[in-house]
Amino acid sequence: MLNEWSPNVKWDSMWEATVETLYMTTISVIATFILGAILGLLLFLTSKGNIWENAAINKIISAFVNVFRSIPFIILIVLLIPFTKFLLGTMIGEDAALPALIIGAAPFYARMVEIGLREIDKGVIEAAKSMGAKTSTIIWKVLLPESMPALVSGITVTAIALVGYTAMAGVIGAGGLGNLAYLEGFQRSRSDVTLMATVIILIIVFIIQFIGDIITTKLDKR
Amino acid sequence: MITIKDVQKIFSSNKGQVKAVDEVNLEVKEGEIFGVIGYSGAGKSTLIRMLNGLEIPTHGSVTVAGNEVSKIKGSKLRKARQEISMIFQHFNLLWSRTVRENIAFSLEIAGVSRQERLKRVDELIKLVGLEGREDAYPSQLSGGQKQRVGIARALANNPKVLLCDEATSALDPQTTDSILELLVDINERLGLTIVLITHEMHVIRKICHRVAVMEGGRIVEIGPVLDVFKNPKAGITKRFVQQVTEPEETKETIDHLVDLYPKGKVVQLGFVGESAEQPLITNLIRHFQVTVNILQGKISQTQNGSYGTLFIHVDGEAEEVAKAIEYIHSQQVGVEVISNA
Repeated sequence: MLNEWSPNVKWDSMWEATVETLYMTTISVIATFILGAILGLLLFLTSKGNIWENAAINKIISAFVNVFRSIPFIILIVLLIPFTKFLLGTMIGEDAALPALIIGAAPFYARMVEIGLREIDKGVIEAAKSMGAKTSTIIWKVLLPESMPALVSGITVTAIALVGYTAMAGVIGAGGLGNLAYLEGFQRSRSDVTLMATVIILIIVFIIQFIGDIITTKLDKR
Repeated sequence: MITIKDVQKIFSSNKGQVKAVDEVNLEVKEGEIFGVIGYSGAGKSTLIRMLNGLEIPTHGSVTVAGNEVSKIKGSKLRKARQEISMIFQHFNLLWSRTVRENIAFSLEIAGVSRQERLKRVDELIKLVGLEGREDAYPSQLSGGQKQRVGIARALANNPKVLLCDEATSALDPQTTDSILELLVDINERLGLTIVLITHEMHVIRKICHRVAVMEGGRIVEIGPVLDVFKNPKAGITKRFVQQVTEPEETKETIDHLVDLYPKGKVVQLGFVGESAEQPLITNLIRHFQVTVNILQGKISQTQNGSYGTLFIHVDGEAEEVAKAIEYIHSQQVGVEVISNA
């Protein structure tokens, strides 16, 4: 029945594109989570009244985050072409999309991490200090676990944005469902291909949201 | 156990400088429960936070359990903090951890092995009376239970000093009493030195051996709790003592009674220590031709003896009344004649 509705869809290439999209999303989400968490932690720890209070470093990171958060993604990809070429030797294929995806999403996520960390009761950090905790202990055993629901719901939102970004990256040659929808669907006027690619992207987004919600609720003991 | 010497703490902001603690000198003995009372902004919070190095004094030195907390830094300070634990007004538990895991947290910091942690946590849970709640999360506990977790966590590394930062201020009166009883119990059983700050005289009365009264960053009065109750000197101390000895509405009631009994005298008696337990009124009626009408009374227990106030109305021949009051004086009881009718 599916073939009747969408006569132009080649299922093997559709499947291949889906795998490419999932690959780009997964790698970039993992990298964004780590990089964003580090940036967010630095933003939080160097802010006023915190363990590593340092106005200069805080301003530098903050400026970096704001700049990369503000550049529209499609322009960021173009801007990063020399960097990507230098890093990977090519600007075509799924891997070539990763630097732009990560650099585009990590600053966005870093702000969410910072907000999550700020919501932690200052008294809890103070209690840990009063017990003689090292800064690394405070980070691993207080800051990260106590903000985990916020970190997870933040990465869910970011992951969904990243699915959108991969589609955009696809248009300029990174592969994936965006690429398929554009080349096979739009340029050849096969709207059933575009529609099917859209449906698959929606399913991916719903699944991400669903998993994110379950984990967040499970983690939140407040 | 604790020596605070010429300590001053100045906070600078763009609005100017604030002297939070000013020229404070203090000694706390081993095994003592020492209370610091004051209204908010008196500097008591800053003072207690200097005892574990959460604040560093601008001038002077703070020595706790042999460590000069005001000077040491880094790993030395962290090590010292394991011997000077603290409990908080808002408990400051990790919501992501269960009761057991919260208590284990301070043991993890101290580097205690997993097996020993489990054993020690079980002991502590018994000590603070939280059996059956080991696997609950803080959000499932009442305020009093949360503070018990806080206390267990604070005691985990066998500290020498326990600092209580308004530890009962967020609790209802009944829970406050049960937490205070637990603190006294710990003090007696483990010989732990306890320093607490509060704005409630009730807390001081109930568990402290000695008290310091703070106002404007300075200690305005200091002494054994009973002495301070018996003979408060500073105005602020008198107000704090009244919190406990006289219910809110006493003054109104007494004014009303003075109007009601135009004859005779309304007398306020203050009993301290042993005298609080003597049958004074019986003797009064037996030996003098007066009628005694008890208007209002209250007796409170402190750690170093009992303290009470009693308002009576004495009526009869003026001469007999005078003699009766003379007699009360001779019994080492504080007498204050409220008014001559």
